[in-house]
Amino acid sequence: MLTRVYDNLIVQTVCRVMIPFIQIYALYVIAHGHYSPGGGFQGGVILTAALALIFLAYGQGPAIRRMNRIQAVIFCSIGVAIYVGIGLYCLLAGGNFLDYSQLAPLLHVSVPRARSLGILGVEIGVGLAVMTAMYSIILDIAGQSGNETQSTDTEPETGPQTANRKPDSSQ
Amino acid sequence: MKTVILIFVILAGGLLLYGTMDMPAWGDPNSPANTYVSPRYIEEAMEATETPNIVTAVLADYRGYDTMGETTVIFTAAIACALLLRGIGSARKEEDES
Repeated sequence: MLTRVYDNLIVQTVCRVMIPFIQIYALYVIAHGHYSPGGGFQGGVILTAALALIFLAYGQGPAIRRMNRIQAVIFCSIGVAIYVGIGLYCLLAGGNFLDYSQLAPLLHVSVPRARSLGILGVEIGVGLAVMTAMYSIILDIAGQSGNETQSTDTEPETGPQTANRKPDSSQ
Repeated sequence: MKTVILIFVILAGGLLLYGTMDMPAWGDPNSPANTYVSPRYIEEAMEATETPNIVTAVLADYRGYDTMGETTVIFTAAIACALLLRGIGSARKEEDES
């Protein structure tokens, strides 16, 4: 269990500089999956790396302030729902499940272009699902249990409360 | 007993190695695996999907159902971790005791 925050200026500054570039690179990997190695899985994991850097360098509180556990699970569900939704739309539009050519009338593009955009759509869904799933697992395994709204580093009243919760948070 | 087990392991390993003799050469364009749908993917993927990366086209379009399963596996892992590790049961026990 990670309880001690790295109160280190160098680590926090380097992370603050690195995180935007990591996120931009992750979006590049997702969006450029049509032309180079990459795609939703890889880009989603790189996005998780940015969130994990926040978690490691600044502690659980700032990381949860950006995305808490409930939001992580909800966005993971949304990611899977984007994928299944595109497939179901193709099914309802008269084609097979995940037959992206049925998206062509909706998007007003040619059939090959619709397949390309369909691939991009499911890659975005996969990226969202992978990012939030990995982040949720990191929070569950390395984070402190409970205390959803409390941050570990700022509020002074977290001290006695976490001390009271010690018996059941030791699992 | 260990000698018998060792003999069986060596026999099974030898059988498997003998089985690999019949396999086609690695990357053989005339092998059954490479003559079934691979030529169609290689020839038609660009025209059919406007995606230069054939791997992405196969992963997300031709084999989209498989990729949906992979995404569901990751989703299931996150949900299982959340259900097991978030301490919902211990919180309920705390309420019962108080």
